[in-house]
Amino acid sequence: MEQLTYSLLAVLLGVSGCVFYFFGSNWLLGVIFPINHVSNEKMAQNIRRAASIRPWLFLGPALFFLGLYLVYPVFDSVLLSLHGRNGEDFVGLANYQWLFNDNEFLESLKNNVMWLLIVPALSTFFGLIIAALTDRIRWGNIAKSLIFMPMAISFIGASIIWKFVYDYRAEGSDQIGLLNAVVEYFGGTPQAWITIPFWNDILLMVILIWIQTGFAMVILSAALRGIPEETVEAAVLDGANGIQIFFKILIPQIWGSIAVVWTTITILVLKVFDIVLAMTNGQWDTQVLANMMFDWMFRGGGDFGRGAAIAVIIMIAVIPVMVWNVRQANAQMEGR
Amino acid sequence: MTSSTGLTLKNIKKSYGKTEVLHGIDLDIGLGEFIVFVGPSGCGKSTLLRMIAGLEDITSGDLSIEGHNVNDIPSAMRGIAMVFQSYALYPHMTVYDNMAFAMRIAKEDKATIDKRVMSAAAMLQLTDYLYRLPKALSGGQRQRVAIGRAIVRNPKVFLFDEPLSNLDASLRVQTRIEIANLKDSLKDTTMIYVTHDQVEAMTLADRIVVLSAGKIEQVGTPLELYGKPANLFVAQFIGSPAMNIFNAESLRAGEVTRIKTKNGNEFDIPITSSTDIEHQTLTVGVRPEDFRLADEGSCMLSGKIIFVESLGEVTLLHLDSNESKEPLVVKLPGIISKQKGEVIYLKTDLEKTHLFDENGISLLY
Amino acid sequence: MQSIPSNKSNPVMKGLKHLRRSPLMLLVHLSVLFLVLLWTFPTAGLLISSFRDKDQLAVSGWWEALSSSEQNLIGRTDAPDQQVLLDGQYVLSGQIEDFNTKDKILRFGWTSMEPEAYLAGTIAQMRNGGTLTVTSDGHYSMKSPTPFTGSRGNRIFYTALASPKFTLSNYKEVLTSEGIGQSFINSLTVTIPATIIPILIAAFAAYALSWMRLPGRGILIALVVGLLVVPLQMSLIPLLQLYNTIGGFFGVSAKSYLGIWLAHTGFGLPLAIYLLRNYISGLPKEIIESARVDGANDFEIFVKIILPLSFPALASFAIFQFLWVWNDLLVAMVFLGNGEHELVLTGRLRELLGSRGGNWEILTASAFVSIAVPLTVFWTLQRYLVRGLLTGSVK
Repeated sequence: MEQLTYSLLAVLLGVSGCVFYFFGSNWLLGVIFPINHVSNEKMAQNIRRAASIRPWLFLGPALFFLGLYLVYPVFDSVLLSLHGRNGEDFVGLANYQWLFNDNEFLESLKNNVMWLLIVPALSTFFGLIIAALTDRIRWGNIAKSLIFMPMAISFIGASIIWKFVYDYRAEGSDQIGLLNAVVEYFGGTPQAWITIPFWNDILLMVILIWIQTGFAMVILSAALRGIPEETVEAAVLDGANGIQIFFKILIPQIWGSIAVVWTTITILVLKVFDIVLAMTNGQWDTQVLANMMFDWMFRGGGDFGRGAAIAVIIMIAVIPVMVWNVRQANAQMEGR
Repeated sequence: MTSSTGLTLKNIKKSYGKTEVLHGIDLDIGLGEFIVFVGPSGCGKSTLLRMIAGLEDITSGDLSIEGHNVNDIPSAMRGIAMVFQSYALYPHMTVYDNMAFAMRIAKEDKATIDKRVMSAAAMLQLTDYLYRLPKALSGGQRQRVAIGRAIVRNPKVFLFDEPLSNLDASLRVQTRIEIANLKDSLKDTTMIYVTHDQVEAMTLADRIVVLSAGKIEQVGTPLELYGKPANLFVAQFIGSPAMNIFNAESLRAGEVTRIKTKNGNEFDIPITSSTDIEHQTLTVGVRPEDFRLADEGSCMLSGKIIFVESLGEVTLLHLDSNESKEPLVVKLPGIISKQKGEVIYLKTDLEKTHLFDENGISLLY
Repeated sequence: MQSIPSNKSNPVMKGLKHLRRSPLMLLVHLSVLFLVLLWTFPTAGLLISSFRDKDQLAVSGWWEALSSSEQNLIGRTDAPDQQVLLDGQYVLSGQIEDFNTKDKILRFGWTSMEPEAYLAGTIAQMRNGGTLTVTSDGHYSMKSPTPFTGSRGNRIFYTALASPKFTLSNYKEVLTSEGIGQSFINSLTVTIPATIIPILIAAFAAYALSWMRLPGRGILIALVVGLLVVPLQMSLIPLLQLYNTIGGFFGVSAKSYLGIWLAHTGFGLPLAIYLLRNYISGLPKEIIESARVDGANDFEIFVKIILPLSFPALASFAIFQFLWVWNDLLVAMVFLGNGEHELVLTGRLRELLGSRGGNWEILTASAFVSIAVPLTVFWTLQRYLVRGLLTGSVK
């Protein structure tokens, strides 16, 4: 309890700190550039000066945090990746050279590519199907809420939920994991799925798909609803059937949203870490980059050089999406 | 009217980057005068108003309010108040708080605020709605709150930016009358009103400023603009349906100007002209309501009826004529039994006929 | 034109409405039902299991939670001092100790070698001429020509058909002895400041980027959009080094609540600024101009007009950040220690997965405690979450 008081105190301090900063700097600006009791000319000048400084006061804290916590680390990580394990001696590209000869890294790379191909595609697919189907039935909103719900669950919580589904009991005893029970029901042999390469990768991906489908569904459902009704009515008059309308009229109009969903999930997949850590910790050929990076960060006291090199690889994979996003955002702003 | 100056604009220009949108506006507005800026969309009338309000920088020129240059003075200190097109009420504040906002910012004392809000509310019949949020008000009521918010500030200059365009037709007439009443009750307050609706301009204005493409075309009272438009643009902009124009040759200049229309008939128009326009092609302007039916011999022009609009009190005839490319519009009183396809002959009141030279400038000026 | 009252303005509905009365519509209902079940079953299994008796949980699937299951149990007779002499035989009889009267005994035995040798109701021959009989309702009767000795009763092995048992004891256990309770408080300690502090900072920045004149505004917005997708992994090592340096300089631990609050603030800002800027720049321009004509400066406009009007966007971001911080494992593992007063719920779950991997009663109850808060937030504030998603994704 004492800790919570501490935390609430921090909220109070943090918020009042912010308020104090913004109020205080604004007040200070008023004192330095007064607008009352001065000549018109002076006033105009002061107003202009204050107006050119004030935006930077507003932006100041944000720029500080963005700079310290995101911009500087990007450059520092790149630098660190060219240094040895303690970050001091310069080793050039040795870390990268090591990486591309390291079996675990190649395996992670392969797994990440698999994740990138499967998870965004299936999440978007299911999201689209569910969005289209639920829009047509009366209890659609409840259905959507239930499917959206895993979004609120932590990766680690979801891992426990699914580990329970995948649980394996020795043959002969009752299976308490849903998956094996189903396998058994259909006459199959129960397996310790998590330890079987390839299938275990798929089963880990299922967790992320389970979480992300709700996101895809929400975005795509809104996109479907945003389609001008007239285009559909025109297609009906033109004699198109339901399926044709869906694929030839609706889908082409929501390409933008599909792209948004796809790229967002792609980014998430690149950073996936908790699920692998909790389910297998990279054993049985399930290693991925983010988990491997975390591993090297602390392995044997931590090898910052190699860890940073893996992080840089993840960053490089993200860059195309980043560029695309920035372009989209710029185009959108110019459109305004 | 311009006994003392309310607002002076001297060679006001506005550019966005390299594009100049206002090309030097000169205007003197008298104290307590009601001025309407009118013009087609994109003519710069709203930009000009926003510059007066201090919402846009003035690229060059001088703007002074009651004799003081206010180019660099912030909006709030210019002594102006503005009513926006969308009303711009603060949605999270009650009517009372909306009206009190500016005074609270200025740190007026509570009693003063209360007194001013209450009197404005009484004047605009808003007393019963003071503690409602804007979303619980009708369009007309919101408009009155926006006006009330401006009134409580007791401004020297009152600015309206197309305040009626969001209202439906019947409410628009009613609010127009209210604004006219407001003008009478705030005699010392200069008012500037922007609209693209010429009816609003004609009914409300002491003087109208017609703008086009970043320039002033003409400044004058409503009847001056109607009766003596300075150029073709104003002539066609003021009045509805628009003035008809067609070409004629000038035969003789002088006290009266003799013209010959295409059908060969000659007319003496009582407008003084100088000899340099002799034998030029002039543009003749006739308002639809100034045409009379005539017979073939004495007509100024003729045309075949292509469309008849019977409105009861008047009849509008659209004619296809040799005289002009555009169809001519004739407005005749009462019900006229003419059919589509008939050819009719027209003459005009010569006193009400307008003449424009090759540059479109009225021969009166 | 036929009208469909509930979904009139929905294009999908409209386009496919001629399917409404056809058998295909039934197919739609069934497929949605199937998908919903597929999506909810895993969570439902966790929830149900967390309330089951741990012995039942270990031997039968949660979908059988309501049906009886066979269990091998051990009970005892009463102590020998309860014996009576009847017709020359010493007799002990009564109810098997700790027997659940709702259960039904199927078989029993008297040695651990043959725990189910006899059917309930039959008479079992014991050593030294004694007999034992156990009926299905748990009543036993043991006879012997010689007196029973010792201080405790004999063991009885039996197989019972156990009726479903639900209990809160799993929760009681994880909240107290497994440290979930403490971790819950630790999670709250991290989450509350890390949610609230970035909001103000981001709101001011978003206003500046929406409505204030400043050179390079476009570049700054592009920067925010770019930072939106920078992987956290890039920040971990440099910041860890920085924290170590600062901690070392002041002679304190590098891992502290202050450190993680600030880290979450930094990591949350791009989304916060982006989300709030999208919203704030969409507010009507005339309202802001009106306030300016009314004499308000930027600061007053922000506090008195923008903040109150931006409530929906602020709420959306707050929910996002709350869920993100509460559910985060990575940042907590790097910037916060493992001590009893620092380990957050996600970290604790990870530890339990290692140490109590087979104890599903512990894992299910712990997991449910950790997801209960985000689920509550989800169900009560879903509206804002959806709105946030819709304005927050880069379009």
